[in-house]
Amino acid sequence: MDALFEIFRYQFLLKAMLAAIFTSVSCGIIGTYIVSKRIVFLSGGITHASFGGIGIGYFLGINPILGAAVFAVLTALGIELVTKKADIREDSVIGMWWSFGMAIGIIFIFITPGYAPNLMSYLFGSILTVTNLDLYMMLILNVIMVLFFLAFFKTILYVSFDPEYARTYRAPVQLINYILLGLVALTIVLNIRVMGIILIISLLTIPQTIANLFTRSFRNIIFVSILIALLGCFAGLFISYRFDIPSGASIIFTLVMMFIIARIYRQLIKAWLLRKQVR
Amino acid sequence: MKKLIELKGLSAGYDEEIILKHVNFSIYEKDFIGIIGPNGGGKTTLLKIILGLLKPIKGEITYFREGLDKMSTIGYLPQSFAMDRKFPISVCDVVLSGLMNRKGLVSKYTKAEKELAYELLVETGLEGLWKKHLGELSGGQLQRVLLCRAIISSPDLLILDEPGTYVDNKFEGELYEMLRDLNERMAIIIVSHDIGIISYYIKTIACVNRNFHYHESNVITEKQLAAYNCPIQLITHGDVPHTVLKKHQN
Repeated sequence: MDALFEIFRYQFLLKAMLAAIFTSVSCGIIGTYIVSKRIVFLSGGITHASFGGIGIGYFLGINPILGAAVFAVLTALGIELVTKKADIREDSVIGMWWSFGMAIGIIFIFITPGYAPNLMSYLFGSILTVTNLDLYMMLILNVIMVLFFLAFFKTILYVSFDPEYARTYRAPVQLINYILLGLVALTIVLNIRVMGIILIISLLTIPQTIANLFTRSFRNIIFVSILIALLGCFAGLFISYRFDIPSGASIIFTLVMMFIIARIYRQLIKAWLLRKQVR
Repeated sequence: MKKLIELKGLSAGYDEEIILKHVNFSIYEKDFIGIIGPNGGGKTTLLKIILGLLKPIKGEITYFREGLDKMSTIGYLPQSFAMDRKFPISVCDVVLSGLMNRKGLVSKYTKAEKELAYELLVETGLEGLWKKHLGELSGGQLQRVLLCRAIISSPDLLILDEPGTYVDNKFEGELYEMLRDLNERMAIIIVSHDIGIISYYIKTIACVNRNFHYHESNVITEKQLAAYNCPIQLITHGDVPHTVLKKHQN
């Protein structure tokens, strides 16, 4: 209990909690879209390619997150475009962008004189060092995303489920796809500060997968995965603080443990229901 | 009989390859057209043209009723194998999405629309599935749900792409009976490999094999088949509807 009180005494921990809330909401919403549309691999590609933007940011002396944002959005739209126009299989294109972005990042960091401060925090995240600017940007993204999903929920659902059918109805399928991909890219980039390039994919997939064990409704998966992500972030943060291990890794560890427990729990319930039926 | 859609001197295809050429044909109210032909013959291409998913390379397509060109009065039942059965969407939402064309992008669905969707499910024998999700349905149930989605907007024209392929024979029979009722209110175009059972219900046959032949009867003789150069089954009707299997040479 003492440890819990200690946490609230530090302002940076308060910021970390705020970051965890913003991260959970944005990742909970857009992660549900990612998992439902089966674009996890594409999201991984966007994440890693954004490292190129971070490298260029270092080189030019601008905020690396800004560089990453430009790179991530271009990657998201670029993959869609190259797949369509050049008639190459999508996953191959993703693999190419994925490694190309990383390579660009490495080259630019290498040729930047001096050493790259905070490089590790971009790779593995560091929720304890988020700045006020980070928090403001995350807040704005959250507001935009919540409003967009509230306003267009049914359209997003129907267009994602059956784009060809939506196209026969002249729904602006392509536009909605691009907006959602843009939101995927921005969510990834703004959460890089919290979870890091290597680890962000966890918050976009694990909470949704756990939620999907118990509900099959798009709307409920969003709500449940936000709660699970919150729980995972807070528990992970606590563990990270208590045992002095990196926050990103401990959050993921917590989430995977939650998944295993949830999966076993569901199995037990199923077996119990079956037994009741047989009797 | 009022004309709904007219295709004039139409050729269509992808990139440089022309899949379908010389299509001249009109769809009228209360038509019940069976489209037959081999794989790769252009059946899907023809549907895409009518649905406005593909622009013709040559010729033109004219819609004679308001709303048809915006597809707000065309219902479409796609092949169901392409569906993502694990997508988290409920039966009620799938059916309501058939009204997407006349709703704005932001408006909510009204109580009356939900009741209409529910009634359709009851009519097709799916009343218990309202709250179920797609992954919990059998192949036949999914096909019925997709049919509800296609007809909820009471379209002037209903287009079905191989509806009998992934369902059991019992449902196939029921489906065709249902279509016969629907045909009182709307024109129907149905694509099928197996013209056997369907020929009993359709009024006219279109044979699509790169070229387009319209046959204004539901019986095709051997001689006509030879002229159409279309490797399909021979169609006759006796006391018991039956088909004679026959392939003809090129």
